[in-house]
Amino acid sequence: MGLLSDPYRRRALARLLLRLNTPLCALSFAAGLGWFLGLAFQPCTLRAYMSENAMGSTMVEERFAAAPRALAYARQFAGHKKAARGMPVAWLEKTMWNLGLEVYKQTFSRTLPFPDELRERYMVKGTNVYGILRAPRAASTESLVLSVPCSEGQHNNQAVGLMLALASYFRGQIYWAKDIIFLVNEHDLIGMEAWLEAYHDVNVTDVLSSGMLGRAGAIQAAISLELSSDVITSFDVAVEGLNGQLPNLDLVNLFYAFCQKSGLLCTIQGKLQRSDWDSLPAYLHSLQTMLLMVLKQGSGRPQGDHGLFLRYHIEAITVHGINSFRQHKYDMGTVGKTLEGMFRKLNNLLERLHQSYFFYLLPSLSRFVSIGVYMPAFGFLILILVLKALDLWMKLSRCDVDPAEQPCDGDPVGPVASEEPKPSLLTLVPPLLICHATGLALYSLPILGLRMATRHFPVSESEAVVLTAIAIYVAGLALPHNTHRVLTGAGSDRGWMMLKLLSLLYLAMQLGCIALVNFSLGFLLAVTLVPVAAVVQPTGPKPLQAVLLVLVTPAATLLFCIFLYQELVECPITVLEGWQQFLQAIAEGLLDHHLYGSIVFPLVALFVYPCWLLLWNVLFWK
Amino acid sequence: MEQAKALLGLLLLVPALAAEPLRDSLREELLLSPLPSGDLAATFQFRTRWDSDLQREGVSHYRLFPKALGQLISKYSVRELHLSLTQGFWRTRSWGQPYLQAPAGAELWVWFQDSVADVDKAWKDLSNILSGIFCASLNFIDSTNTVTPTASFKPLGLANATDHHFLRYAVLPREVVCTENLTPWKKLLPCSSKAGLAVLLKAERLFHSSYHSQAVHIRPICRDGACLTSSWELRQTLTVVFDSFATGQGKKDWSLFKIFSRTLTEACPLASQSKIYVDISSKGQENELLEVTPAPQSVHEASVQGNRRTYAVYDLLDPGLFNVSRSLNVQLKWKRPQDSLDLAAPVLHAQRYVSGYGLQTGEISTLVYNTHPYRAFPVLLLETVPWYLRLYIHTLTIITKGKENKPSYIHYQPAQDRRRPHLLEMLIQLPANSVTKITIQFERALLKWTEYTPDPNHGFYVSPSVLSALVPSIIAMKEEDEELSPLFASLFPSSDGSSYFVRLYTEPLLVNLPTPDFSMPYNVICLTCTVVAVCYGSFYNLLTRTFHVEEPSRGGLAKRLANIIRKMRGVPPL
Repeated sequence: MGLLSDPYRRRALARLLLRLNTPLCALSFAAGLGWFLGLAFQPCTLRAYMSENAMGSTMVEERFAAAPRALAYARQFAGHKKAARGMPVAWLEKTMWNLGLEVYKQTFSRTLPFPDELRERYMVKGTNVYGILRAPRAASTESLVLSVPCSEGQHNNQAVGLMLALASYFRGQIYWAKDIIFLVNEHDLIGMEAWLEAYHDVNVTDVLSSGMLGRAGAIQAAISLELSSDVITSFDVAVEGLNGQLPNLDLVNLFYAFCQKSGLLCTIQGKLQRSDWDSLPAYLHSLQTMLLMVLKQGSGRPQGDHGLFLRYHIEAITVHGINSFRQHKYDMGTVGKTLEGMFRKLNNLLERLHQSYFFYLLPSLSRFVSIGVYMPAFGFLILILVLKALDLWMKLSRCDVDPAEQPCDGDPVGPVASEEPKPSLLTLVPPLLICHATGLALYSLPILGLRMATRHFPVSESEAVVLTAIAIYVAGLALPHNTHRVLTGAGSDRGWMMLKLLSLLYLAMQLGCIALVNFSLGFLLAVTLVPVAAVVQPTGPKPLQAVLLVLVTPAATLLFCIFLYQELVECPITVLEGWQQFLQAIAEGLLDHHLYGSIVFPLVALFVYPCWLLLWNVLFWK
Repeated sequence: MEQAKALLGLLLLVPALAAEPLRDSLREELLLSPLPSGDLAATFQFRTRWDSDLQREGVSHYRLFPKALGQLISKYSVRELHLSLTQGFWRTRSWGQPYLQAPAGAELWVWFQDSVADVDKAWKDLSNILSGIFCASLNFIDSTNTVTPTASFKPLGLANATDHHFLRYAVLPREVVCTENLTPWKKLLPCSSKAGLAVLLKAERLFHSSYHSQAVHIRPICRDGACLTSSWELRQTLTVVFDSFATGQGKKDWSLFKIFSRTLTEACPLASQSKIYVDISSKGQENELLEVTPAPQSVHEASVQGNRRTYAVYDLLDPGLFNVSRSLNVQLKWKRPQDSLDLAAPVLHAQRYVSGYGLQTGEISTLVYNTHPYRAFPVLLLETVPWYLRLYIHTLTIITKGKENKPSYIHYQPAQDRRRPHLLEMLIQLPANSVTKITIQFERALLKWTEYTPDPNHGFYVSPSVLSALVPSIIAMKEEDEELSPLFASLFPSSDGSSYFVRLYTEPLLVNLPTPDFSMPYNVICLTCTVVAVCYGSFYNLLTRTFHVEEPSRGGLAKRLANIIRKMRGVPPL
C-alpha cells in the first residue's frame, strides 16, 4: 500500500498500467479461461468426503424386502391413474391410510400468465396427496420428505409404487426420530411449489391453494424420486435448483456413498465417471460433465422437483432411475435399500445439513470444485473490467489535472479534444434512463401487451409473448441514434469515455453480484461480455465491433448455450431446431419467473441488457 | 416393674391407634382406552392422600407420602406443584381429548403460599431440587423461560386467594425424557414397582410407544365434605400411547401381556383401592363391537369430557378376581375391523407452525378449531416466546371466518433481552364451527457467539402455547362425588354440568436463527483482523490525502551557513 502513497512509484505504476493495459487484459482473460478449464482436470479438484459426522459410517444393514409389493402398488396406481385420468386421489388416500399414515390432501389452482405450449397447460387445477409418518415419541418438530411427481402417461408409476412400499416398511420401524412426509404432487413443479407455499404458509407466486391441515415441523431434507421402469441400470442425480441454488454437498455425497455401498451405477448429468484421469478423453469427459452443470445451473431452472425446496433452506436432490441398454439391471429391492439407507442416515441428523459446501461444481460425483477454487477464474475476468476502468479513469483525470499539457500523452485512442466544453456527469443520465426504460419495457410489456398482440396479429399467445420480447430487444438497438442527439456534450471523447467507464463499473458490479448468487450464470455472462466490453469504443472498425457486440448480447449467449448444451448431451441439432428451442427457452424463462420466482429473466431484462445497451451507445457515440 | 407397666400401657394403646381413621391412603388405578385412531392409551394414576398439615413444622413421620416431596413442600411453602415430563406429542386430532394433557418436554408450575417473601428465589431453589429428585434438566429453568401467567393457570386444589404473583410457570421443550426420569418417579410410589399396578411399569415397554408422559401433581384438598381442614394429595400419573399398528401388524387387538409383557397378580398391599378401567363405550349405533376377557366384574358409566362412556371395571382387591387364574391378563378383541378415513375431530383442537422463509423474519401462526355444531365458547391462549424471537405485537391478527376477532382480554408482557421471555395471554371467543387463525410476526435476533448452543444449526425451541377452555358438552353431565368417581375424572373440577374443562398444548416449534459459521472462528477472526489492520490505514491514507511531489529547496542563507559549520564540526548537515 505504501506503493500507492509514494507519488513517484505511483506515477510509474500508472504509466505501467496505461502502457501494458491491453496485454494485461489479454493475459487476464487467458488466465481466467485457463483456470476455468483447468477446474475439470482431476489433480486440481478435491475428493468428495462426508463432512457431517452424524451421517458417517454406521454398522447398519439396509433392509428392504418389499420389492414385489412396490411393483404391485405401481401396477395398481397405473390402473387407477388411467381410470381417473389424472391423479387417483381417493385411491392414494385410502392406500396411505391403510399403511398407517396420517393422510392429507391439498388442492390448488393456478392460471399461467400465458399458455405453456410445451406441456400444454394454461389453467392448472390439481391435488397433492401426502401422508405423514409420525415418529414415535417425537414432538413433530422435524421432518423429512420423500416426494414423487404424478406425471402424465406411464411416467413415474414405479416411483409411486416404490414410495408406498417404502412407507409401509418405514411404518413398521421404531427408530424414526423425525416425521417422514410421503408426498405425491400433481403437475410436477407447479404442484410442488403450491405444496411448499402452503406448508410454509406464504404466497410467493399467485397460487390459489387450500390451507394445510397436517404439518410436521421444520423440514430438514427432501428427496424427490423419479422412476419409470421396473428395473434400472443406473441412478442419475440432479442437484441444480431454482436460481442456481445447490443443496449441501453432503447430501450428494450421501447419495454417492449409498450407490457405492449397494453397487449401483450412479451418474451426474447423465455421465458415468471414468476410472482413469490422465488421458485427454478422460479430461474432456469431466470437462463435459462440468460444463453441463454450469449450463444447467446458469439457466436458473430447477432440474427437478427438489429445486424448489432450496428456497426454504431445505436440502434436496432429485434421484432419477434410468433404464438404458446396459446389461446389468438392478431391481426394486436394491433401489429401495439405497433409499432406505439414505433416509436412515438423514434421520440420524442432529442438525440441519450445514457442514459441507453449498457452492461447488461437480466434474464427477467423486470430485468437486469448491467456491475457493473456482472463484479466481471469475476474478480474472472481472479484473479486465477493473483494469480498463482504471485506464479510462486515469486518462480522464489526467486531462482534468493538466489540460494545458500535451493532450493525454501517448494514448492510442488519439488526443482528447480538451478545448471542448467539459460534459458534466449529468449528461450520462439520459442514456442510463433510456436504457433502463427499455429494460423495463422488455420485462413488463410481453405479458402486459399479450391481449393486444393476439388481437392484432395472427399468433398464439405464447408466440405473441416471445415475439414481443424479441421485438423490444431488437428495437433497443436503434436507441443510440435517438439518444445522443439529446445530449449536450455528445460526440466528445470525454463523453464516451465517461459513459464507458460507468458502464464498465456497472457491468463489473452486476457480474460480481450475479456470480455470488449463481456462479455459472455470472461466469457465462462474463466470459462473453467482458472481452467485448473492454474492446468497444467509437473509434476503430465500427462494423466489426458492432458484430462482436451483437454476438455477445445475452440473447445470443442463450442461443450459443443451447447449441453447446445439445453438443454436450450428444444430440446435435440443426439451426432451425436451435431457433425453435431458443424461442421456447425465452417462453420458459418468462414462465419460470412467474410460476416459481426465478430471477434470471428479470435480472437479464432489467440489468444486464440495459448495461449492454450502454455499451452499444458507446459504440455509436459519434 | 415400672417398665413392664409402661410397656403394657403401650401395648394397650396400639389398638386404640389402629382404631383411629387412617391418616393416609393410597388409591391406584389404570385406565385403558382405545383411541379413535385405533391406538391404545394407558393411563396410570396413583393417589396418595395424607390428612396432615405439611406446612406446620415438625412433621417427621412419613408413611405413604414420599418424604422427599413432603420436606420440599414445607421448606419452600409450596401450595401446589405440578410437574410433567413428556416424550412425544399428544395428537389431539387423531387421539381425541386426553384426560391429562402435558406439553412435550418438561413443564413445571408452582403456586407458592402467600407467606413466601422472595418467590423467585424459592422458585429457583425448588426447580434445582426437583431437578435432582427427578434426574431432569429442570435446573435450566431460569428467568429467561419463566413466566407468571395471569389467568391461564388457576390453582387446582383448595385455595382462597389467587394472587398470580405467587405463581411461576416454565416449560423446557427440549427436555428428553427417558428411563432415568422414570426410575425416580417409580421410587416415590408406596409399593415402588414391586406390587400392584406398578409392576406393569417396565421401561423397555413404556418407551416402546408413541407417547410417554409422567407427572406429579401435589395440591391441598378438602379433608371431608365440610371442608374445614385440608389434606394433601399427591397424584402420580403416567400416560402411554401404544402404537397398535406397528406392533400388531395392522390388527388392533391387545392384551395386558402384549403391551406391557407382564400380567397382574395382586394389588398393592398398601392400597385402599386398586382398579382397572377399560373403556368399552361404543360409538353410537353398533354396540358390542368389542369383547373383553375375562368378563368384567362390574360396569361403570360416567360422563367424561362431554361424552357418555362405559367402562369395564376390574377390582384387584376383590379376591374373586384371582380365583379362576392366578394372574389377570385383560384382553380386548375387535369383532369387526373398523376402518374409517375420517375421524371425528374433537371439539377443540389446535395447530401451530412457523411460516415464512429466510433467516430474518418469520411468523408464528396458531390455528384453533372449534368443531362444536352450535355453541361458541371462549378460549384462553397463553403464548411464551423466548426473547431471541422479537415479537412485533402490532402485527398480531386474529381472524375468524374472514373477519377480525377482538380478544376480550389481553395481557402482554414484552421480553427483555437475556432476562425474560414474551408473555401473551388472550381470551378469544371461538364461534361455533369455526377456525381461528392467530398470527404474529417476529424478527430473529443475532445472538452473541457464546450464547449459541453446541448445536446451533439444529434450531431453537419455542415452547408450546397453552389453550384453556370450558368446552360446552353436548350431553348433560351429572355431578359425581369426587371420592367415588374414578381418579382420571377428578383432577380438573368441572364448573357445572353443562361444560367441562380442557387444557390443550400445541406442538413446540423449532426455529432456525441466523448462525455464524462456527467451523473455524479462530481463523476467521485472525484473517479479518489482519485484513482490517493492513488495509484500513493505507486506504484511509489514500482516500483522505493528496500527494504532491515537492522539489527540494536550497534553503536560506542561515541554513547554508549552519551547514558549513556543521560540516566543519563533522556533524551531518541539517
